[in-house]
Amino acid sequence: MIWIFDSIILIFLVVTAIISLQVKDLLSASMIFGVYSFLMCLLWAGMAAVDVAFTEAAVGAGVSAVFLIATVFRTSRRSSD
Amino acid sequence: MELFEAISTKINYWVYIVIMMIGLFAMISKNNLIKKLIGMSIFQTAIILFYVSIGVKEGATIPILYHDQVHAAHGDHGEADTSHGEHGAVESHEADIHINPDDFTNPLVHVLMLTAIVVGVSTLGVGLAITQKLHREFGSIEEHEILEIIKSGK
Amino acid sequence: MSAVSDFPDWGDPHSPANSYRLSQGYITDTFPQTSVPNMVTAVLADYRGYDTMFETVVIFTAGIAIIGILRRYGPKDKVIPEQKLYKKEPDLIVETTCRLMIPIIQLFALYVVAHGHHSPGGGFQGGVIFGASFILLALARDLQAAQKWVPESRILKLAGTGIFIYAGFGFLCLLLGSNFLDYAILHKVMGVTPIEARSHSMLGVEIGVAFTVTAIMFSIYSNLASNGYMKEGL
Repeated sequence: MIWIFDSIILIFLVVTAIISLQVKDLLSASMIFGVYSFLMCLLWAGMAAVDVAFTEAAVGAGVSAVFLIATVFRTSRRSSD
Repeated sequence: MELFEAISTKINYWVYIVIMMIGLFAMISKNNLIKKLIGMSIFQTAIILFYVSIGVKEGATIPILYHDQVHAAHGDHGEADTSHGEHGAVESHEADIHINPDDFTNPLVHVLMLTAIVVGVSTLGVGLAITQKLHREFGSIEEHEILEIIKSGK
Repeated sequence: MSAVSDFPDWGDPHSPANSYRLSQGYITDTFPQTSVPNMVTAVLADYRGYDTMFETVVIFTAGIAIIGILRRYGPKDKVIPEQKLYKKEPDLIVETTCRLMIPIIQLFALYVVAHGHHSPGGGFQGGVIFGASFILLALARDLQAAQKWVPESRILKLAGTGIFIYAGFGFLCLLLGSNFLDYAILHKVMGVTPIEARSHSMLGVEIGVAFTVTAIMFSIYSNLASNGYMKEGL
């Protein structure tokens, strides 16, 4: 049963990775990267790696998304590809 | 059916390779520097996913001991401490706990990846700082525009 | 891709990585040797103490590098007109929510640091959460409000203090006649059994890590968000 849950998360993971690299607006790209990190964190919590999941929830979904957004606001928001 | 078996038992590894290739593709072919950094982070998480997948054991729990195991050891430890002193405490500790390694997931890979995540965010920060510096110098974060400005300046 | 079929099956307890005696030894021996139930923290702070110490130094170096790359002094030469859109006036809902949330976040961060032996957590996570509370303050008010608590001069002192605490534990062990970062010898100073000394010094080391990570996370944010001027944030 748990592998169905895992597979759904893994599929979403690939989808969010592709979207965050394809979208032209860099602000949305950073937000979707945050979603990607959070899905990764869920996956690791399911694999019993609680410490790693905790770190990823704090670092990946929280702080690094904020860093990306700060840089996007200080540079330009459009991307050519 | 054999193919399905081959994929379903190793789906983590397949997805890890797919994500890693997505990240590598972004690092090589994207023009935008922030996109490149997002690709780098995706590459990094793919590697971490691989390591964590290695450490998984079927039917094992998180690498923290159960509450009653800890309590039993602590109660015993207190008595031993008063009666025998330090060396007695050491012996009783080793004697009364039996931990089956198959009951807990592999903590070693978690430790390695824990530090990798935190170092990853600081490298991301350095990359973003360099991006801002480039934007300050050239007014653009597109790689081809920056290269053109450098060429025309010569 | 063809290498995937050579990987061990998912969740196999007898795969090479899981059946190697080092990782099995970490599982079985951690609690008898250190009296810490959370094996991840124990391996992180004790068995692999060198590793973690230099990870902390890496983070410190990254913070210094960002200050070196981005920091600018003096008045602003040109104001990007786009920034004027984000001029903020105080918002009642945001202010009140932050005033309620930030103490809880900081309390939780301290709990994560202090309780890292018994539950998931530790210096890195607690430090990041504590730094995130200052980032939240900077986002909700402005950078000045957060810098009242963590001014720039204090950041480097805090980060240095963290590494000093970590290395200090190592050198204390060295002074007492043991190996570097071999905490068992510290029972002479702490007055507990050698096993508990290892547990307590792990807590001290985690506090050092938390200091560094908190300071550096806020430093990275404030440099990135203010484009090096440290005057106005987002």
